[in-house]
Amino acid sequence: MSEAPSFEGLLHRALAPVDPPEDLGLRLESALEDLTASAAEELEAWELSAMRDPRNWARPLAAVVVGGGAGVALVALRARRGAARQSAPLPAARAAASRAAEDLRRRFDRLR
Amino acid sequence: MAQPQPQRSKAELDAEFSELYRALLRDVYSYAYYRVGNHHDAEDLTEQTFLQAYRHFERALRESDGRPLRPWLIRIAHNLAANLYRDRSRRPVAPIEDTSELAGAHTTEDLVEGREQLSRVLDGVSQLPEDRREALVMRFALGMDNREIARAMGRTDGATKVLIHRAVKQLEGIVGDSREASDE
Repeated sequence: MSEAPSFEGLLHRALAPVDPPEDLGLRLESALEDLTASAAEELEAWELSAMRDPRNWARPLAAVVVGGGAGVALVALRARRGAARQSAPLPAARAAASRAAEDLRRRFDRLR
Repeated sequence: MAQPQPQRSKAELDAEFSELYRALLRDVYSYAYYRVGNHHDAEDLTEQTFLQAYRHFERALRESDGRPLRPWLIRIAHNLAANLYRDRSRRPVAPIEDTSELAGAHTTEDLVEGREQLSRVLDGVSQLPEDRREALVMRFALGMDNREIARAMGRTDGATKVLIHRAVKQLEGIVGDSREASDE
């Protein structure tokens, strides 16, 4: 005589895993490939256009700014010292800022 | 202290995602099918789940700390299913729309031994509150343990154990009542 199945056994049979249709796998793989390809194309296009469009120079410029940060800080410090010695501090600060900008421009030109 | 995860290249990420997809497609589809009750919506839900998972895969890997990603995927499917019903301004009154279709998907032996009994169980599952129904689908259709179910449902392990216990008890009651009613 066979034993009556437990309720949990019955649940296992009732809620059996359901196999997806075969074409779903193919459709999904194709959608994922499209997604990957479009992401790669987008990145490539951005990289090419980035160096042509000055609006996209922010990133390399930021690198220059970070790299030149120490130099700018040094110039600013000199300006403050100079200002403390001089009776007219504003022209000294303006000159220091101008030197810092010139320094940045030279660094950026070297990168181009 | 948690070790920092190594950076993966795009190719490595894609390869890992392919592996995940192949391993868990059936689980996600099963969950989706029992959740929405028909093949058409289950296919859409499965597709959307994997596309969304792909977009957030790198972060999920980083944050999973080596734990299985199945609960994360099922949680995505759960959220998308909730959105689907909200968008359609209807709730899943009978998530398993056609229990005879589901019972028909089982083996010949099952059909001979108790197709009626299986249909009764599936009818009972569809009458359970949503959280109990989902917990049973994760446990019995997907074979997830309490910890995985807890992660998928955002609950503690203890609360999940209680939830499943109560779901089974309630379902036993529903199926018992239904059997008595049909015997009368």
